[in-house]
Amino acid sequence: MGLTILVTALFTLSLVTGVAPVGAGESLAALLRDDGGPLTMVMREIRLPRAILAVMIGVSLGLSGAAMQGFLRNPLAEPGLIGVSSSAALGAVLALQTGFAMAFTLALPFAALLGAVLGVGVILFLAGPGGGAFILILAGIALSALTAALTSLVLNLSPNPFAANEIVFWMMGSLADRSFSHVWMALPIMALGWLALARTGRGLEALTLGEDAAASMGFDLARLRLLVLGGVAASVGAATAVAGAIGFVGLVVPHVLRPLVGGSPSRLLPASALGGAALLLAADIAVRLVLPGRDLKLGVVMALVGAPIFLHLLWRMRGQT
Amino acid sequence: MTLLTLNNLTARRGACPVLSGISLQVGAGECIGLIGPNGAGKTTLMRAALGLMPSEGQSSLLALSASARAAQAAWLPQSPEIAWPVTVQHLVALGAMARGRGPDHASVDRAIDRMNLGAFRDRAANGLSGGEQARVLIARALAQDTPLLLTDEPIAGLDPAQQIRTMRVFRDLASEGRSVMVSLHDLGLAARHCTRIIVVDKGGIAADGPPEAVLTDALMGRVFGVTAFRAETVQGPVFQPMETLVP
Repeated sequence: MGLTILVTALFTLSLVTGVAPVGAGESLAALLRDDGGPLTMVMREIRLPRAILAVMIGVSLGLSGAAMQGFLRNPLAEPGLIGVSSSAALGAVLALQTGFAMAFTLALPFAALLGAVLGVGVILFLAGPGGGAFILILAGIALSALTAALTSLVLNLSPNPFAANEIVFWMMGSLADRSFSHVWMALPIMALGWLALARTGRGLEALTLGEDAAASMGFDLARLRLLVLGGVAASVGAATAVAGAIGFVGLVVPHVLRPLVGGSPSRLLPASALGGAALLLAADIAVRLVLPGRDLKLGVVMALVGAPIFLHLLWRMRGQT
Repeated sequence: MTLLTLNNLTARRGACPVLSGISLQVGAGECIGLIGPNGAGKTTLMRAALGLMPSEGQSSLLALSASARAAQAAWLPQSPEIAWPVTVQHLVALGAMARGRGPDHASVDRAIDRMNLGAFRDRAANGLSGGEQARVLIARALAQDTPLLLTDEPIAGLDPAQQIRTMRVFRDLASEGRSVMVSLHDLGLAARHCTRIIVVDKGGIAADGPPEAVLTDALMGRVFGVTAFRAETVQGPVFQPMETLVP
């Protein structure tokens, strides 16, 4: 409940934050008024899709992080662990390098999404039908290492310094200059992912007791794994496709919220979805307020904020044990 | 009434058979002690019977759908795992969730009472001591409220009083018409509390019957390589392994 209010407040704040020196009331009025004026244009074509994307991506990252941690029974798990983000990044980098990114409007996110789908396919193939959490983590680490190396190779061999520059900036993650076409491209895929992840709650609860006990309680672990991996691939793949690599949300948000839901992995799912949206909105507002003229990258800010929060949590945990 | 039938059940690890041609029946009201040396195949027998690993031959549980199986038999694995800081109440309630029902407060409360966990109800389960966690996990399996309960060394980490209490709980379940199969290494407790002993050795059944008929000197020497002391007291039978035959 508190999280819903926080997300709504931050969403509104995000709408009224920008380079144009306009008052908050005036901006919101322009959003609702259909007068075709420049402010309405700014609100509807720039700020609204940006805020909506922040919510969508935050929900995807938070939800995926909670599902991954629940499925692997490890508080250090995050969506990137199974190589989804790095495969998506490789797809995007290849598109930028080959010029495919210029072929049509959404060619870049499309290539990133393709990369994510291929990556998860490889993971599922490597881990096999009965593969447990351990083999999945190892397969994810191997895939992440391979895709990161291939991405570096592309950068390494890049004949064009501008393409390399563009690739580096894209990999930092950002919500600047996104439009409703990005929203419409990502939304259906993300929504499928959210639906899959929303169906994992009971299975994740049972997995609290380990794989053997969960299986004996009638839960189909192969189906659960498919839902988790498919859901994470779709939602995080689409998120990476439209916004680049944004880390730490999927790791920190479930970690921070877990005590508030009594440790329950199923109740953590909706809480982390809202928490992720709140964190991403806040970070995207900060990006615009701190250095307004410098196009500070969201992924950079997230890591700058997320890593100290995480270190602080570790410090507190150390005191408890 | 028969709760479990195994017919020629065989399981392999790679090409090596770890369970060969097990056939047995479990009726209602039995408290079965599954004993045998380390690596004899006790865990494999129960996991194969539950369909948790590939096997050949028949287990009556494998004919059931996954949810019907979860309604027929509860399983408590040996390695205790509580991944998240959920409360004892929440964790025990997972057992009731297994059968696809909503929260079944009556069976949860009964399981918590049976394992004497009332004082821990609202504590984080993974913050308790090892022995307390073991009891919480037993309560979780009890809350599944199944006719059949299979447990793998549930009393290994418990203090003597809790070991005795837990064996009494299993015996009580049997007297209510349910059946428990419990693997354990404490032959004294097995002799005292179980209605039937199944001795597993080298992947097969070496003996099966009432404790006094099974726990003979010959069997103790042949399967465990130990001598044993036994006596009848006013409080019941006493059985104690004494010395190894080969030093």
